[in-house]
Amino acid sequence: MRTADVVVIGGGIHGCSTALHLALRGLKPILVEKDYAGRHASGVNAGGVRQLARDLAEIPLSISSMDLWEKIEDLVGDDCGFTNNGTVLVAENDEELASFRARVDDLRMRGYTHEELIGRDELKRLVPAVSDHCPGGVVSRRDGAADPFRTTQAFRKRAIERGAEVIEGVTVTGLARVGDVWRVETSAGPIEAPKVVNAAGAWADRIAAMLGEPVPLTVVAPMLMVTSRLPAFIDPVVILRGRKLSFKQLDNGTVVIGGGHLAVPYRDRNETVIDWTKLAISARTVWELFPAMRIATIVRAWAGIEAYMPDGIPVVGPSATSEGVYHQFGFSTHGFQLGPGTGAMMAELVATGATNVPIDGLGIERFGTLKPG
Amino acid sequence: MNASYDVIVVGAGPAGLAAASVTARAGLSTLLLDENPGVGGQIYRGITSTPVSNRAILGEDYWVGTALAADAKTSGAEIVNGATVWSLDPERLVGVSIAGQARLIQAKRVIVATGSQERPFPIPGWTLPGVMTGGAAQTALKAYGMVPDGHTVLAGSGPLLWLLAAQLLRARVKLDAILDTTPRLNWVRALVGLPDFLLSPYFGKGLKLLREVRGKVPIFHAAHIEAVGTDRLTEVVFDGRRLPADLLLLHQGVVPNVNLAMAAGVAHEWNERQLCFQPVLDADFGSSVPGIAVAGDGAGIGGATAAAERGRIAGFAAVRALRPEASVPDTQALRQKLQREEMGRAFLDWLYRPAESFRRPTGDTVACRCEEVTAEQVRVTARMGCEGPNQMKAFLRCGMGPCQGRLCGLTVTELIAAEREVSPAEVGYYRLRPPVKPITLGELASLPIAEAERKAVER
Repeated sequence: MRTADVVVIGGGIHGCSTALHLALRGLKPILVEKDYAGRHASGVNAGGVRQLARDLAEIPLSISSMDLWEKIEDLVGDDCGFTNNGTVLVAENDEELASFRARVDDLRMRGYTHEELIGRDELKRLVPAVSDHCPGGVVSRRDGAADPFRTTQAFRKRAIERGAEVIEGVTVTGLARVGDVWRVETSAGPIEAPKVVNAAGAWADRIAAMLGEPVPLTVVAPMLMVTSRLPAFIDPVVILRGRKLSFKQLDNGTVVIGGGHLAVPYRDRNETVIDWTKLAISARTVWELFPAMRIATIVRAWAGIEAYMPDGIPVVGPSATSEGVYHQFGFSTHGFQLGPGTGAMMAELVATGATNVPIDGLGIERFGTLKPG
Repeated sequence: MNASYDVIVVGAGPAGLAAASVTARAGLSTLLLDENPGVGGQIYRGITSTPVSNRAILGEDYWVGTALAADAKTSGAEIVNGATVWSLDPERLVGVSIAGQARLIQAKRVIVATGSQERPFPIPGWTLPGVMTGGAAQTALKAYGMVPDGHTVLAGSGPLLWLLAAQLLRARVKLDAILDTTPRLNWVRALVGLPDFLLSPYFGKGLKLLREVRGKVPIFHAAHIEAVGTDRLTEVVFDGRRLPADLLLLHQGVVPNVNLAMAAGVAHEWNERQLCFQPVLDADFGSSVPGIAVAGDGAGIGGATAAAERGRIAGFAAVRALRPEASVPDTQALRQKLQREEMGRAFLDWLYRPAESFRRPTGDTVACRCEEVTAEQVRVTARMGCEGPNQMKAFLRCGMGPCQGRLCGLTVTELIAAEREVSPAEVGYYRLRPPVKPITLGELASLPIAEAERKAVER
């Protein structure tokens, strides 16, 4: 019988980060991944490292995560391609700008200063290529972007170096309480551990269902597309509120265009089918916002499979039904930035039973007691 | 053009022409899309427009294409050239761009007839100006009547290398040398297939071609080739010898052009004899994705005659599926003919199986041309534990350029397989993402607005 202190289910950035932080606390985690680490959303997302425009309940986790991103090389031995040229939320008209001002004022009252309102001049200074019709926006200057697959692999590698065991190509088939421990049945035999972390992303509802704890998770696959190399013309990541768009140029000159239009996901086949009519909407939005992009060439479009919760915020914290089990999933298309900090918080929670980073409002109990089945 | 068709055929080479002709004649609405200015594919390129009027230069096998093209033209199929298909999804929605305008067209059945492409031939210096593929030279000859000038060296192996040599000689091109890279030991394995080969039409044709070329061009055996030059090719170095050269034409056989079928989710398998990935298909060339068939060389290399036969079989299958009441001729004779041709093929496959040294480069030789990734980088990354080409993308960006891995896919798979000491079957291939051909943002933005979006805008 294989045994561990903690079994972490899922090898996305969250599972790998939690495994690393558990190992750093001297615990022995075994991470079980059904494909390979970073195969899905963690490896193929837009790579935005963003505190900007987050739900209030996520902000403490996001800020604690940002502190880790800024010393990511110390943590995982790889710079993960992290750059911090800020994220800019562009207002497309005065009404939008007014609503952004209200949001920034509200955050200030709560003591958060990472979002900063900017007018037309500062917007043009930060994003010279932006269309003249935009009156301003919001900037979060510590934000940036990183290489998602490289980051997830770096967490995996460092977790192993610090004593975690990572088993890939192995599926969890059952979860049962046996005496004081959890018996995790897998396609490679059972593993016993007193604690289990469910970081199974788009498949996390199946793990929760094994605990008689169903959750209203939707499987989604946000689409991205990338251009061939262009001369450098934009430093920060640009996002919109009214229309779906995220836009950033990588160091190699390619431009990654995303924003949340969805592909059709098939989670049992690990496949997604691109919806070109929706990517055409993204193309038109880019066309209007950055007129110079019209002749850019799209070389690839893709989508990563992940979980979306009804309220758009993740499920983080202890199980409501099963002692010793913790949830860390449902990041609803914006979980990449949260990976480092949530892993650290989760390791603290698992190891000590409490955490210094507030996670109020993120617990699974907010969905009430749904009937199993 | 309509918003939907019974059958969309992608690629107007022999398979596509034959398939479209069959389905259109059975009364199915048929759209045949091809990105070239005229029909014919690679093998019959320029068949309706070539300026090469001396029929002997391109040879009688080339002019077989005339009948195929004429048959398709009168079949009732809608043939659109200059149409770049950039997407095919499992629901058979086809993304295509024509004259800068993108559109999505729905089909009940899709026959992918995207043919073959030349196998990557990564030798030191192969990215220098003055080094081209044999196929590129043949394209220039067929489409524009253009032939090489200056010191010209052909290198590689396979039937098409000898065909190209013969065609160039007939067009009065002086060839300085042919470097034959066929490993000598290949004969041992090929001998098993010799009896079938002797019975196949390939035998007579091949012998004639070899006779035609030998005696007119110095032929050397080469186990190592290097293209040398600073700004452009000046010399070809092989097995310790040097030849001055202005043009080096490389060719070591063709492999299925898998990009569109793979992006549609069609399952592929490794063919150890032909050293390439090919789609998993049933007897009617139906793929793992319902309603999508792959015919022609894209289904596995079989040559032009077999391609047309495969196209017909796939076409008849579409007719049977969409119009069960239509009378479809018995395809038994067609299948038997096809089988004989494919049996003759085994000898050629084993004989011209490219040497490992020309498939699995070492050192600074470039593997991925788009992103300038060397063989050594791929090998080192594989040794560090990177198990497959998709993970390799994240580390080296190989296969992420505009060619979508066409020029490095097999090389990267084979290099990883060599370092891991496993079969390429286990390593697998790049997961291909649409668009399989690049489109501009402006083209994509030109897609007709969907109903839902129009409503959103009106509101």
